[in-house]
Amino acid sequence: MIEFAAVRKEYPDGTVAVEDFSLVVPSHAVVVLVGSSGCGKTTLLRMVNRMVDPTSGTVSIDGDDVRAMDKVQLRRSIGYVLQAGGLLPHRTVADNVATVPVLEGANRREARRAALGLLERVGLDPALGDRYPLQLSGGQQQRVGVARALAADPNILLMDEPFGAVDPIVRDQLQEEMRTLQRELGKTILFVTHDIDEAFALGDEVLVLRKGAEIAQRGTPAEILAHPADEFVSRFVGAGTARRTLSVREVDGRRIVVDGDDRPTGVLAE
Amino acid sequence: MNLFAEALAHLFDPASWQGTNSLGLRILEHLGFSRAVLLAAAAIGIPAGVLIGHTGRGRGLVVALTSGARAIPTLGLLTIFGLALGIGLEAPFLALLVLALPPVLAGAYAGVEAVDRQVVGAARAIGMTEREIVQRVELPLAAPVLIGGVRSAALQVISTATLAAYVSNTGLGRPIFQGVKAGDYEVMLAGALLVALLSLVVELVFQAIQSAAGRRAEPHTVPARASARAPERNTA
Repeated sequence: MIEFAAVRKEYPDGTVAVEDFSLVVPSHAVVVLVGSSGCGKTTLLRMVNRMVDPTSGTVSIDGDDVRAMDKVQLRRSIGYVLQAGGLLPHRTVADNVATVPVLEGANRREARRAALGLLERVGLDPALGDRYPLQLSGGQQQRVGVARALAADPNILLMDEPFGAVDPIVRDQLQEEMRTLQRELGKTILFVTHDIDEAFALGDEVLVLRKGAEIAQRGTPAEILAHPADEFVSRFVGAGTARRTLSVREVDGRRIVVDGDDRPTGVLAE
Repeated sequence: MNLFAEALAHLFDPASWQGTNSLGLRILEHLGFSRAVLLAAAAIGIPAGVLIGHTGRGRGLVVALTSGARAIPTLGLLTIFGLALGIGLEAPFLALLVLALPPVLAGAYAGVEAVDRQVVGAARAIGMTEREIVQRVELPLAAPVLIGGVRSAALQVISTATLAAYVSNTGLGRPIFQGVKAGDYEVMLAGALLVALLSLVVELVFQAIQSAAGRRAEPHTVPARASARAPERNTA
């Protein structure tokens, strides 16, 4: 469980990234923070592993204030996935995945072997372990990033727009696999994105954020779609747009779903 | 016989390579002295440059130091140090250190500074200590540029170390200065040729080290061995 209690982040130049934010991320749940760039969502995420310390308020994990913990130990105990992987270009894929276990003193050979297993787990051929990150496609690098985050078997995963740099088809595939993986692993995941569809696809709970990390609305994807709290959320999720207003039509005895522009988007399951 | 042929004759004369006036000894002195200067420059310049590149603090200092120091004439500096410290290796050592330090410092700083900040940020976020970031991420990635700095310092030191003979009668500057004084121009030219040759050899050695570091920093650009080739990309 991650708890934000009245956190605020103000930079020395007076910019306020986070005004006053409180949230409980329950264990084993996926909570998505979604908002435009500059709304403070990444700042919130980085408070959890102390890449940013709040000006006031506290962040705690299972009731323990993170500020009382050693930064390095804290970061090693939390999986962190970021855009474009953030992999070390001069290390092989297997060494990248094994980074944290090796830093923690694990035997290098065993850590590498475990890394190959993790590659398989995230849908990569273990033979890629001997390659270097830049020899992989963007989607493959992203998977390596996820494998690296899982290597120390953390309870918590922080994901900072991890699928933002890959093309839509690969992104859909990665999201799908992440759901499968999460069903098996049940990690506590805090996920940041600017893509509302990604938020709805992955989140058990979604928080739509305004500037200063003010919560515009919080709820399950269904709740937010059904009742957008205000104009801002409405616009953000695209409520009322052709894409979101679906209706059913009958064609040759099958019921198909069409959007507001009458373009078919799917078939109603019988 | 022209001067050049005489110099070559002097170089190939076995007598030139024997006794206390042996050119071999001069080469060893020259190399030993240059090495000492370079080691000192590296011992000061690399940690300082890496620290400045890592923290981003003190950039102005590097710029001022490197551009300022380049304007200092080494011979003038040597004369001042020589007057203050007297005959011996101390004065040329210090004068050459002033010559060698800026490129070493600039190379170390520029190399570390150029490392992708996102990679460094990710290394920190997954729990590397600052020391581990420097040792395992920044240094290997900065190595080609860093070694480039040492390489350019080495070249300048080797060629300028002839000045050491000015106050301490050591190295390949010794036959050069002797030749000038005694009018034995073939001896002078022989010394100069050896300095040029030595510079070339040192340059080649550093070039090899630098490209080895380059291959380690950017291993993806090295064609994979057939055995290390992974199967076709079949996943996203």
